Amino acid sequence: MQLAHQFAMESDKVTADMVEAMEFPHLSQRYSVMGVPKTVANGKGIAEGALPEEYLLANIFALVEKESGS
Amino acid sequence: MALLNDSVRAEVRTRFKELKNLVKIINFTQEIECQFCADTRRLLEEVAGLSDKLSIEVYNFVTDKEVAKKYNVDKIPATVIVGDEDHGIRFYGIPSGYEFGTVIESILMVSKRDSGLSAATKKKLAGLKHPLHLEVFVTPT
Repeated sequence: MQLAHQFAMESDKVTADMVEAMEFPHLSQRYSVMGVPKTVANGKGIAEGALPEEYLLANIFALVEKESGS
Repeated sequence: MALLNDSVRAEVRTRFKELKNLVKIINFTQEIECQFCADTRRLLEEVAGLSDKLSIEVYNFVTDKEVAKKYNVDKIPATVIVGDEDHGIRFYGIPSGYEFGTVIESILMVSKRDSGLSAATKKKLAGLKHPLHLEVFVTPT
């Protein structure tokens, strides 16, 4: 969780929410949260479990590149 | 009765010696507080009371609509950690258990005004062209 907040701190393009899964079951359902931590970026699941800095970053950029169609 | 026991308070006080700049904790709740809203607010009030570098503002999600909109808060309990500016750091739900540590670390990070990320990661993030919204689902264990 801390890593997502670090990304938000670093970049003014990034916002990062901790979401307590049991208090917001509709969101957990929408993103099919089966295990935690689960990371969702722009509405798409990109990581299950805690990832090291470079892996989370790589997953984010894989998504960003897909979104921009390049 | 306090939510934080003496040993946790002492531990947090020790960590808070590292606080550098002012940090504002903004909490959104409602008048008839939801199940975890009251505990979240009390927890944050206790944390804010542990250092004079910290302040807390509590808003009513229902009547303070403009403020909620300003911070893009769409559900409660919500917690925003703000430095000189809003860095986009949010907690939805009570930050208890393991996530209590995350709140403390996020407060320290904002106070230092530095993400603490590696130079390579900072460089890569600087290349982001579009908004990126991360949501990390956790449970209070």
